[in-house]
Amino acid sequence: MSDTAPIAGQGAGVGRSGRVALFARAAGAGLAPVLTVVAALIVFWYLACIPMNAAQSVRDAARADIAVSPESPAERRVMGGLALALANPGVAIDGAYTQDRARLPAPHQVATELWNSTAAIAPTSPRSLIYHGWVTLSATGLGFLIGTGLGILLAVGIVHSRVMDMSVMPWAIVSQTIPIIAIAPMIIVVLYSIGIQGLVPKAVISAYLSFFPVIVGMVKGLRSPDAMQLDLLATYGASKSETFWKLRLPASMPYLFASLKIGFAAALIGAIVGELPTGATAGLGARLLAGSYYGQTVQIWSALFAAAILAALCVGLIGVIERALLAKMGMRR
Amino acid sequence: MTLVAAAIVLWAAGWMLNVRLATGPVAETRAAQLAVPIIFGLTLLGIWELVVRGLDVPGVILPAPSVITATFAAQIDILWQDFVQTFVKGALSGFAMGCVAAFAVAILADRTDFLRRGILPVGNFMAALPIVGTAPILVMWFGFDWQSKAAVVVVMVFFPMLVNTVAGLQDTAAMQRDLMRTYGASYVQTLIKLRLPAAMPFIFNGLKISTTLALIGAIVAEFFGSPIMGVGFRISTSVGQLALDMVWAEIVVAALAGTLFYGAVAAIEKRVTFWHPSHRR
Repeated sequence: MSDTAPIAGQGAGVGRSGRVALFARAAGAGLAPVLTVVAALIVFWYLACIPMNAAQSVRDAARADIAVSPESPAERRVMGGLALALANPGVAIDGAYTQDRARLPAPHQVATELWNSTAAIAPTSPRSLIYHGWVTLSATGLGFLIGTGLGILLAVGIVHSRVMDMSVMPWAIVSQTIPIIAIAPMIIVVLYSIGIQGLVPKAVISAYLSFFPVIVGMVKGLRSPDAMQLDLLATYGASKSETFWKLRLPASMPYLFASLKIGFAAALIGAIVGELPTGATAGLGARLLAGSYYGQTVQIWSALFAAAILAALCVGLIGVIERALLAKMGMRR
Repeated sequence: MTLVAAAIVLWAAGWMLNVRLATGPVAETRAAQLAVPIIFGLTLLGIWELVVRGLDVPGVILPAPSVITATFAAQIDILWQDFVQTFVKGALSGFAMGCVAAFAVAILADRTDFLRRGILPVGNFMAALPIVGTAPILVMWFGFDWQSKAAVVVVMVFFPMLVNTVAGLQDTAAMQRDLMRTYGASYVQTLIKLRLPAAMPFIFNGLKISTTLALIGAIVAEFFGSPIMGVGFRISTSVGQLALDMVWAEIVVAALAGTLFYGAVAAIEKRVTFWHPSHRR
C-alpha cells in the first residue's frame, strides 16, 4: 500500500476526517440503540429483584415484627413472589436490594462484589477473582493454542489429501454433535490416574472444543482461492508448497480469525466446565460450584460476570489483531 | 505386543483401503463416500480395542469398546431412563421453548429498526459468553428436576437463535422487497411469503447450533444438582466410582442422541430449503 502514499498525501486530511466523521456517526447511531437495550435490561433486572426476593424480605420483616399481609407463614409459602410483593409493596421494595443471599442479587450488589474481589484485594489472594480468572485463562489459552494448531494442521491435511477429506471430515462433524462436555469429567479422571493434573486436563477439554471451529473455518478458507487464481499460480509454475504459502494461507486469514473468535469462546466454556466435576479449588468454574454449594448467589453472579468480561476482552483482542493483520495484508474490509 | 502390532497392521490396511477408494474410479459414487468414513471409524475402534487389550490398559483408564458395548447392553433400562430425563425432558423441551421465544423476539426486533440495532449487538455479545455458567443460578431458582435443565437450555439456545433469525429476516434484496410493495402486500404477507422463506437457511443454522448447545446445557446443569437420574448425574457419579465403562456407555447415549437430533434437524432443513444453493445438486 506504500506506493499509493504520495497520492493519498495531498487529500489525506480530507479523506481521514471524512472517514472519522463517518465512523463517529456510525458509532453514534449504533450506540444509542445498544445503550437503550442495555439500560432496559438493567431496569428490568432491578424490577425483577422485587418479586424474586419478596419471599425472603417478607420473612425477614415478619421476624422483625413488622406487620405483613398474609399473617401465617404457611399461607405465604404457597404464594408466588409477585403476589407477595403486591400484597406487601413497601416491605418487598425495602428488602429487595439489601439481602446477603438474595435469590436475585441487584446489579449494584454484583458490581460491588466484583470491585471488592478484583480491585480491593491482592491479585494473589485466593479470594481474588483476578487469581481465579487467571487460572481459568491459562488453561483456556493453552487449550486454545493446542486446539488451533491441531485444527490448522488437520485442515491443511484435509485440503491436500483426498483420503483425509473423505475419512476425517465426517467424523469431525459427528464429534461436534456429541456433547464433548460429557467427556470432560472422564478426561480429568483418566489424566489424573496417569499422573497428569492441574492445567493440562482442562486445556485438553478446551483444545477439543476449540479445534472444530478452526478446522471448519480453515478448510473453507484454504479452499477459498478460486480456480482463476490457482490457474494463475499454475502458469507461473508454482509448486504445491508455494501455492500454499503465497495463495492459500493468506486467503484463509479472514476465515481463520472468524473461527478463532468462536473457538476462544468455546475454549473458555471448556475450561470452566472442566473445573466443575473434579472439585477443583481454583478457577472461575470452581467459584461457580462453591457459590452454588453455599448458596452465595452474589459470588456466583460475580464469577459469571468475570467470565463474561474475560471472554469479551479476549475476543476483542483477537478482533484487534485481526484488524491489524488484515490491514497489513491489504485485505481490510 | 502382537495385538499392538496387529493394530498397526489394521491401521495400515484400513488407510490403504481408503486411499484406494478415495483416489480410485469409484470415488465419486455415493457408496464410496459413505464407505470411506465408516471404514475410518471402524479402523479407529479396532485399533482402540487392540491397543487396550495389547497394552493391558486398566479399565479405570480406558475400557475397551467391547466392554463398553457389553455395559451398554446390560444397563439399557438405566440408560433409557437417563436419556428420557436429560434429553427428552431437559434438552428437548428447553430447545423448543428457547427457539420459539427467540423467534418471537426476532420478529419483534425485526418490526422496529431501533430495537433490531440494539438487540443484534447485545445478542451477538451474549452468544459468545459462557452462558453455561448460569446453570447454578437456574438450578437454584427452578429446583433440581428437569425444569431447571430446560431453563438452562432456554437461555443457552436463545441468543444464537435470535441472532441468526434476525440476520436471516434481513436477508432479502431491496428489489424483492420493492416487488412485494408494488403488489401492495402488507407486513404480514411480506413476512410469510418472502422474508420467512428467505430466512430459513439462517434459522436452520441457528437450530443446528442449538441442538449441540441444548445437550451441553442439559448435561452441565446436572452437575449442579439433579434427581438420581440423568446423563450428567450418571456421568459424575460413575466417574466418582471409577466405573468408566458406565461413563462411556452414557457418552455413547449422548453421542447417539446428539447425532440423531442434529441429523433430524438437518433432514428437515433439506426438505424446507431445497431451493438453497448449498442443497442443489
